[in-house]
Formats: sequence, structure tokens, C-alpha cells
Amino acid sequence: MLERIRVRLRHLSGTDIALWLISVVLVVLIVVGSYRSLTSGRYTVRQWLDFVIFGLAQGGVYALIALGYTMVYGVLQMINFAHSEVFMSGPFTAYFVANALDKAGYFDSHPIISLGIVFIVAMTVSMVVAVVLEMLAYRPLRGSPRLVPLITAIGASFFLQYTFRGLYGSGVKAYPDIAMLHGTWHIAGLNIQKTLVVVFIAAIFLLVALYTFVQKTKVGMGIRSVAEDQQAAALMGVDVDRMISMTFAVGGAGAGAAGVLYALIFKQVHFFMGFVPGIKAFTAAVLGGIGNIPGAMLGGLFLGVFESLGPSLFLEGLGVPASYQLKDAIAFTMLVLVLIFRPTGILGERIAKRA
Amino acid sequence: MRGFPWRETIRAGLLGSAVALHVSLVGMVEAFSRREIVKDVVTLGQLLLLLVVLGAGYWAAGKAAKRNKVYGIFAGLLVGLIIGLVLAALALSIKPLHLRQVFANASRGLARVLLFNKKGLAGVIKLLIVMGGGGVVAGLLELLPSKVRRPLLYALTATLTLGLLRDIFAVILPRSISRFFYTSSGLTVKGAVVLTLVWAAYFTASELWGQRVRSSLQALPPTQQKTLRWGSYLLALIILLGLPPLLGERGGYVFEVLDIVGIYIVMGLGLNIVVGFAGLLDLGYVAFFAIGAYTMAVLTTPELPAVRQYIPPMDFWEALPIALFASLLAGIILGVPVLKTRGDYLAIITLGFGEIIRLLVISDALKPILGGAQGITGVARPHLFGWTAKDPQDFFYFILAAIVIGFFISVRLKDSRLGRAWKAIREDEDVAIAMGIDHVATKLTAFATGATLAGLSGAIFSSKLFSIAPHSFNILISIYVLSLLIVGGIGSLPGVVVGAFALVGLPELLREFAEYRMLVYGAALVVMMIYRPEGLWPETLHVAEYKHRESTSSQATTASVGAGK
Repeated sequence: MLERIRVRLRHLSGTDIALWLISVVLVVLIVVGSYRSLTSGRYTVRQWLDFVIFGLAQGGVYALIALGYTMVYGVLQMINFAHSEVFMSGPFTAYFVANALDKAGYFDSHPIISLGIVFIVAMTVSMVVAVVLEMLAYRPLRGSPRLVPLITAIGASFFLQYTFRGLYGSGVKAYPDIAMLHGTWHIAGLNIQKTLVVVFIAAIFLLVALYTFVQKTKVGMGIRSVAEDQQAAALMGVDVDRMISMTFAVGGAGAGAAGVLYALIFKQVHFFMGFVPGIKAFTAAVLGGIGNIPGAMLGGLFLGVFESLGPSLFLEGLGVPASYQLKDAIAFTMLVLVLIFRPTGILGERIAKRA
Repeated sequence: MRGFPWRETIRAGLLGSAVALHVSLVGMVEAFSRREIVKDVVTLGQLLLLLVVLGAGYWAAGKAAKRNKVYGIFAGLLVGLIIGLVLAALALSIKPLHLRQVFANASRGLARVLLFNKKGLAGVIKLLIVMGGGGVVAGLLELLPSKVRRPLLYALTATLTLGLLRDIFAVILPRSISRFFYTSSGLTVKGAVVLTLVWAAYFTASELWGQRVRSSLQALPPTQQKTLRWGSYLLALIILLGLPPLLGERGGYVFEVLDIVGIYIVMGLGLNIVVGFAGLLDLGYVAFFAIGAYTMAVLTTPELPAVRQYIPPMDFWEALPIALFASLLAGIILGVPVLKTRGDYLAIITLGFGEIIRLLVISDALKPILGGAQGITGVARPHLFGWTAKDPQDFFYFILAAIVIGFFISVRLKDSRLGRAWKAIREDEDVAIAMGIDHVATKLTAFATGATLAGLSGAIFSSKLFSIAPHSFNILISIYVLSLLIVGGIGSLPGVVVGAFALVGLPELLREFAEYRMLVYGAALVVMMIYRPEGLWPETLHVAEYKHRESTSSQATTASVGAGK
């Protein structure tokens, strides 16, 4: 035992010590901040629960976006940086449908059908964008060095962002307010906003549906086989190109639906809306172990709650003023930390250390 | 029409139509149509559409001409007509279908531009004639032998570029000359003809004798080649140094643009070390630029009482080394945690770092020190022997000095032991480590050198602007710098300059282009990665040198691989 410790110590490099110190400092900061915040009694239990519920709804959205990142990474080992624009394109286009439906009064008379139409439009648009993107930009680059597709994806991301800006204008568009989702429900002694409940349930439902699609259908099996071993799958008669397209389609549909849910929470869409949620969802995907679908779900929910609690929980406890401004900084810090300390993620199914 | 490739032709036509629709609907065509390239002949907007036709037509003609020469011209015509018809359909449907309600740029102005200011059928016919004509020209171009085609295309491109750059040349040139070539917007017709002829003569000459000149240059002994090279560098430097007094008052606008290009060149040189030499894709590069700029601003401004309490405001030269040191340190601090990650994860981590730094700067938490969202004003200007830099012309010298430093560092490091270690890490990290290269030190020096150059660039930037605000330091800057590297040719030093002029200089000159800057950059990144990953000006010289060395002695190559540590 002592011998083993000595061997490990001998292999310890300066980098390891530096990394280790950083993590210790961060953990101490979080613990101290949370302790001071919790003992100060500034927030009641109910308020904490509100934060958690908001975080869960938001986390559901992240999980849906993360599905696309994780599936594409699983199949092609590339970070589809443009996935955040796939997420934006659907709800941004569906805005015009939603607006027309709202003006005609359908959101009041048939709220569920109208919402369904908006979802279908958004999911279709995102799906088409994702599949076309793969065909035009990524397919010619298959098998090239790892950074080449990433740079392409970054380029595609900005190209799509500014295409939609040019098409629909640079202004923020307000999503119609849906009367059915106003107010709160009384559940288990808590008053919860209806929107959040609907968003959370819809996100979980869609996640389960898409996961079942990947696990149970023949196409899903094809996708998984390509993710496992492309060449072997091709030898067994799987149409690899088609399966990769299907992967992008499934991821795109998830992202499009996530976009509408996001628009339901925040009530607005604009051309830059994809960037931050996209990066957060990628964080969620890495957190859950990239390539691992249930992991992405867990990672999304965890990140949502962590980010929602974070500013009040440990930043305020540390005496940081206007801590809500640093909400995104928490998510980005999380991203950096996960990638540095645990690139294999919490569930760690695949080995993520690659050249 | 036996054997005519209908499918390919129609596909080319439809793809071209999709591109033409895209540039029309995002608003580029209408915005660009305000800029005339040749007075009353062609505007930039029309040129954009014509380029789409030429490109698609040329591609289709190439497929068709394999069977029969006439087929090539016919294919071009067909492609042009398809694109023309689609555009006509767009122009005619804008009003009746109320496209404006969804597509912000589908305005009547666009319809007017597409139909050449004519109404209804007359406009459609003119559009079809122009587009079909463009297609025929594309087909004809395909038929020309490449010895003729290349000089012709180059000459046209050069002339059109000079037309685009009207705002610069009309100001710089003496009144009498500029009146011959330029009108209030774009070239005159006779000026365009003269320029095209001159350029055509030049490019034909270079096509015919260029190879001979180049090979005779290469045949010179190495020492003479070296003197020649350094002589040309010196000449370029003298011309650049002489520019400000030569242009005097007229040059203000020119130098405003040159300064911005220069600041990006310095940043590009820095990122080139990190990405091009060491192969570490850094997407948060703007953070170091921001650190340099903010250190300079915080140390020299008379504002920020919370800081002034402890440190009195410094002047430029006192703050500059501190700013450089701060960015160097930041390069190392941010470099340590990412040492163990590779490739795409490294890119995302650095992106995260960049965003964290931006969010921290904006936040109220650090407002007393960093000025918050409003930023800081009153940054000190550099001064020398009682003379203080104020105008863009003055800063031009400082930026030029920074570029020279950047070039010097890059050139000297590139083939040094450290430079070869970077290259080894870039090519294969595991092998490099196994060969005894200290990857920690090697990577950290790459980060630190790149960061310092960015810090230098940032310090000059903040001093030049006199005030800085956090929104000048968003992720887009990192993407600009990355794009200019990739367009110019990653790892190539002249490529940085070419890329900076093309990607930063042009949008600064063409204000209407600025809106579509990211759109074009994004497309450029994708297209470059697919068709020309080595960039417009790749580091050919180096490749040739390496090959030469390999053939003469195998010992040299083994020595260069085994070096490092």
C-alpha cells in the first residue's frame, strides 16, 4: 500500500499538482459559499425549490439539445458546433407560424393542436437544416484530421446564424403568449408555473421517445451499429451514409423541439439564441459521457439545476454582487472543469481522450 | 442532343439558383447594388449574381464539354436561364405574396434590383438575357485554353478589385489621374477598359515568362537569394514607412483601415504560433487580446477610483511591459489546465475560457476594477521624445513596429529547436513525447508567445481607441482571427497578411459588407476546409525546403526530428 502511494507520488508532475490545487480551491469555494448562503437564511425552502424546478425545466431543454451533440459525436467523433444553430433555426422559423396562428385566434380556441403544429414545423425545419448541413459540409470531410470538421462546423455555425439573421431580421421576436399556460398549478404544496411543468414533461416525453427510437427500431439499431464500428456495420450491409443522415435527423428533431420549449420559457427568439444554450448542452453531453444518450439526459438536468441554484447558492454566499449576471459563467466554468478533470463524463461510457 | 448531361446541368442550375436565392434573400444583393464597380455598367450586387451564374455555368460546361464543345456553351446557357427564371419568379412574387412579412429583406427594392429597374415582362427579359449571357460566357471560358483563360480571369478580377477599392484609390491618387479612372462611385468605363488591358498584358507576360524568371531566381546562389529577399523586405518597409508623409492629410481614412488590419495581423501572427505551429486550436484567443487591452486601460486611465487609490495612472511605456507580462502570464495560467486535453476538447475549453473572461468583465462584481459594461475611457497614448501619437498615421508606425516584432519572432522561432518541437507536437503528440520532447514546456511556450502577441495587439488597440468596452472582445474576434489564418493558409506568415487584408481590410472599406461579414467568413471557413484546406497562400517555400533537405542528406532530417528538449 505504502509502496503504491510512493510510486504514484513519484509519477506526480507539476501539472497534476496544479490541477489538483485548482480543484481543491474550487470545491472549498463552493462549500464555503453554499454554507454561508444556506445559514444566512436569505431564501426560504420554497424559494430553493422554485430554483430547482426552474432548473429542471431548463435542464430538460438542455438534455434535448445534448441528444444531438452526443449522438453525432458517437457516430462521427466530431463536435457538431453548428448544432446550436440547428436548435435556433426551428423555433425561429416556427415563430411565423405561431404568430399567424396567434393572430387567427387558434391558440385560444385549439391550444394543443396549435402548439402541435408549431412543434412539427420547428422540428421539421431543424431536421432539414441538420441533414442538409451534414450532406453539404460534413460528408466531404469524413476521415480528415479531427480539427478540420470542427473548423468546418464553426464556419457552418456562423454561416447559419447570419443566414437566419439576414432572412428573418436581426430583431428579437416575441413568441405568442399562450393563455393555457398562464398561472400556476398547485402540486404537492407548491405553486408551480404551468409553463415549467409543461416544458419539463414535454422534454422528458420527447427524450424517452427519441431514446426508444434509437434503442428499439431497426433504424436506431443501424445508428448504434455505425457508432460502434463504421466499417463492420458497412460490411454487415448497413447503409452508413443513410444512418449518419438519420443521426443528424434525430438530433435535429430533438433540437427543434427543444427550441420551441426554450421559446415557451423565455417567450422570445432571435438569431443568436442558439449559442449559449448550445454550449451548455454540449457541456451536458460531456458531463454525461459523450456518446451516451441517458448520460446526456442526466447531464442536462444536472447542469440545469446547478446553473439555476448556483448564483444564489454559492456566489452570493461568497459575497459576489449581482451574482445572477454570472449564471452563464457558472455553466462555462462547469464546461471547462468537466473537460479538464473528467472528459469521460460522470457515467463515462466512452473514452474521450483522443488526439 | 445525344449524350448531353441533362441531369448534371439541371442540378448545377438548381444549386446555383439556391445560392442566388440565398444571397438575394439575406439582403446582400440589394445592399451591394448601391455600390457601382464600373459606372452605369455593373454594380457589386449584379456582379454577385453574375459570379453565381459564372461559377455554376462553368461547372456544368466542364461536364458537358467533354462530349462536345457546343454542348458546353449550351449547358452554360441553360444554367444561366434556370437561375434567371428562379430569380424572376422571386422578384415577381415579392409583392403579391407579401414575402416581406417573413423575409426581412424581400423588399420591393430587391425586386427592382433583380429586374434592372424595369417593370414586369421587360425586366424579366432583361434578367434572362443577362443571366443567360453570363452562362454563355461561362461556357466560352471553359472552351478557352487555360493559357488564355487564366490571365483573362486574373485581369478581370484585378480590375474589379480596383473598382471595389475606389474609396481608397480615389483619395490617394493625384486628382488628375483619379479623375480619369474613377467617378464618384466606381470606375469610369474607359478607366475599366484601360486597366483590364494593362492587367491582361501583365498577367499574360507572367504566364509566358514568369516560370523562367522564377527558375532563374532559384538558380542564383543561396547567398544572393538571401540578399535579394532581405533587400525586398527592406524596400517594402521603406515604402510603408514613407507612406504617411507621402499621403499627408489625405491618408487619414486609409490609415484608419490599415491600423485595424495591422492590429489583426499582429493577433494573427500570435494565433498562427498557437494554431499553425503548435497545432493547438484556441477559440478563446480574444481573451489575451482583452487582457492586454484592459491592463493597458486600467493602469493608465485617470478613472476607476478603486484602482487609483493604490496606483497612480501610468504612462504608455510604463504600462506596456506590464500588459505584455499580464497576457503572457494569462497564457501560461490558462495553458496549464488544458495541457492534458487535446484537439477538439481543447478548442471548446479555450472557448469557455474566453467567454468566462468576457462575462467577468461585463459583470457588476468586477465593475470597480474593470469598468463594467460601460468600459473605460482615457487610455494613455504612446509618446516619444515629447511627441504624442494621436492620428491613425501616428499609430501606424507603432502597429508596423509590432508587426515587425511579430514577424521577427515567428520567423526566428519557426525553424528553431522550439519551432521544430511545436511541429512535432502538432503532428503527433505521443511520438513527440516519446522522442523526448518536453510537451509541457513546449505547449506552454506556444500559448505564452501567442498570448503575448495578442496582448501587444490589445494594448495598442486600447490606446488607439482611447476607450474600450467589453463588447469589443466577444467570441467573434477569435473567429475573425481564426478565419483570416485559415483563408490565408495556416502556418504561413504571408498568409496572415493576405488573410488580414482580405477578411478585415475589405469589410472595413466596404461598409455595406460589414453586415454580412460573419456570413461570408462562415462560408469561407467551410469552403476552404472542403476545397483548399492549405489556404490561399500556403507555406510552399517551407515544403520545398524540406523536400530539398530530405533528398540531399537523410542525416539532416533525422537531426531535425530528434531535436527538441
